[in-house]
Amino acid sequence: MIGQSPFRIFLAHAVLILGILIVAFPIYYTFVASTQTLQTILRPPLPFWPGDQFWNNYSEALFGGVGRIGGVGVGRLLLNTTIMALGVAVGKIFISILSAYAIVFFRFPLRMTFFWLIFITLMLPVEVRILPTYKVMVDLGMIDTYAGLIIPLIASATATLLFRQFFMTIPGELVEAARVDGAGPWRFFFDILLPLSRTNIAALFVILFIYGWTQYLWPLLVTNSNNMNTIVIALRKMVSFADADTQWHLVMVTAMLAIMPPILIVVLMQRWFVRGLVESEK
Amino acid sequence: MTPRVIFPNKILPYLLVAPQLAITLVFFYWPAGQALYQSMLRQDPFGLKSRFVWFANFRKVLVDPAYLNSIKVTVVFSLATAIVAMGVALLLAVMAEKVVRGKGIYRTLMIWPYAVAPAIAGMLGLFLFNPSIGSLSYLLRRFGIAWDPLLNGTHAMILLVAAAAWKQISYNFLFFIAGLQAVPKTLIEAAAMDGASETKRFWTIVFPLLAPTTFFLLVVNTVYALFDTFGIVHAVTGGGPGKTTETLVYKVYNDGFVNLILGDSAAQSVILMIIVIALTAIQFRYVERRVHYG
Repeated sequence: MIGQSPFRIFLAHAVLILGILIVAFPIYYTFVASTQTLQTILRPPLPFWPGDQFWNNYSEALFGGVGRIGGVGVGRLLLNTTIMALGVAVGKIFISILSAYAIVFFRFPLRMTFFWLIFITLMLPVEVRILPTYKVMVDLGMIDTYAGLIIPLIASATATLLFRQFFMTIPGELVEAARVDGAGPWRFFFDILLPLSRTNIAALFVILFIYGWTQYLWPLLVTNSNNMNTIVIALRKMVSFADADTQWHLVMVTAMLAIMPPILIVVLMQRWFVRGLVESEK
Repeated sequence: MTPRVIFPNKILPYLLVAPQLAITLVFFYWPAGQALYQSMLRQDPFGLKSRFVWFANFRKVLVDPAYLNSIKVTVVFSLATAIVAMGVALLLAVMAEKVVRGKGIYRTLMIWPYAVAPAIAGMLGLFLFNPSIGSLSYLLRRFGIAWDPLLNGTHAMILLVAAAAWKQISYNFLFFIAGLQAVPKTLIEAAAMDGASETKRFWTIVFPLLAPTTFFLLVVNTVYALFDTFGIVHAVTGGGPGKTTETLVYKVYNDGFVNLILGDSAAQSVILMIIVIALTAIQFRYVERRVHYG
């Protein structure tokens, strides 16, 4: 390796620290704001260190119910969002591992047609079919239901493609050996394929959980009642920049609670996260 | 590539693909077909009468100054977001490759904005830069800048780009790190022995070898700026002030759900579909290339 001059190393650290300040500052400042009284927030500049309102603000938001969003507590919003994120992650992995299994390990008429039908959905994100999809939801009575929040999002070409890619690297000998030993398709799936896919599933789970947690347009469309909102949508409803009665201290608490779970998952499961990100986008 | 050994079942494979296929047909193909059909209908806002008008909606949309404006807004917004997010990420990735001590910590601290929802990123941005209570706008005012993203279109756009790019830095950072690690060290050492300075080594060796990563990220960032930033626009500016930040996706939503001009909204959806198809095609062509040369 080429030696680096101490000055350049120092410069590199300086740039990185500056970068981290830019990246982390908004999140830190949100935390600071979430521990201040409303009066302090309304008079800028905000102090640089956390205030003493931590317990008051957090317990008020979590258990008191927030007036602007119909008195729904943040606990309820967190529950909705968790159900949605878990549902999307688990559902997506479940249906795409099954269809990838069928496409790789079976030969049947229309196999490639099915594959292309799934593949093309890559090109049809929610954003380009907003209104007709909404109408389908209304016709099926899925507005304001967890099923409505989750099911339309779990059909995903990327997850299916990822599993297909991985299954194709499994040597034919392994399948043959399993069959010689008398394993049927289910036994092969549960005893061999699933254990081999563990790391892929974990990596995908992290990515999909965050995907589900950060959805905006879809929950905006399919939830009307305050009880069914996800935390991101409720946060939007709590903020009004035009009038002065926004409860900023509660907004900031809600924002903290909305960003902490996915951040914790990313940081704690960093290895899977990085892997899942790089793999699923290939 | 495919395993030679397969299972002979006749019905099981259909059962296995059935769930995904059912959801795909009901929630993807049926609505997409409806969008295509509706894009050629003209309907009154109450849904009482509609008539088939072929491509009239497209013609109307494509000459509508509001639509042309939103194309311009989208292009400016997407380019600015992609360039800022990728530029900052590349700089940080190059620096992170240089340091030996604390590499892991830097990476951990760099990746968390990925987990922040775009809409929340936007709202935090607006909280910091809000003209009345934002601490950073307070600072800007102290420096004599009349900062007001709620009234000034350019300021609103800057705020959106900053929030959108901020959230995307971590993603680009990870990919640039992966790309930098793939650059052969021997090439860099050889150049160093020939007396190339560090800057020169970067621009003549590292940067060209990063081209596939950069190009890939350009496509991904464009798609992100086009579609995933709906939340930022909706939560922060609502397309305003005026129409200065109304992106294409926001306009589809606004015309369809708020203004109830169904035909126009559907025609815009179809145009967006064409854009996505083009971008996806580009992305996959590129992936093909990487398989050959990578």
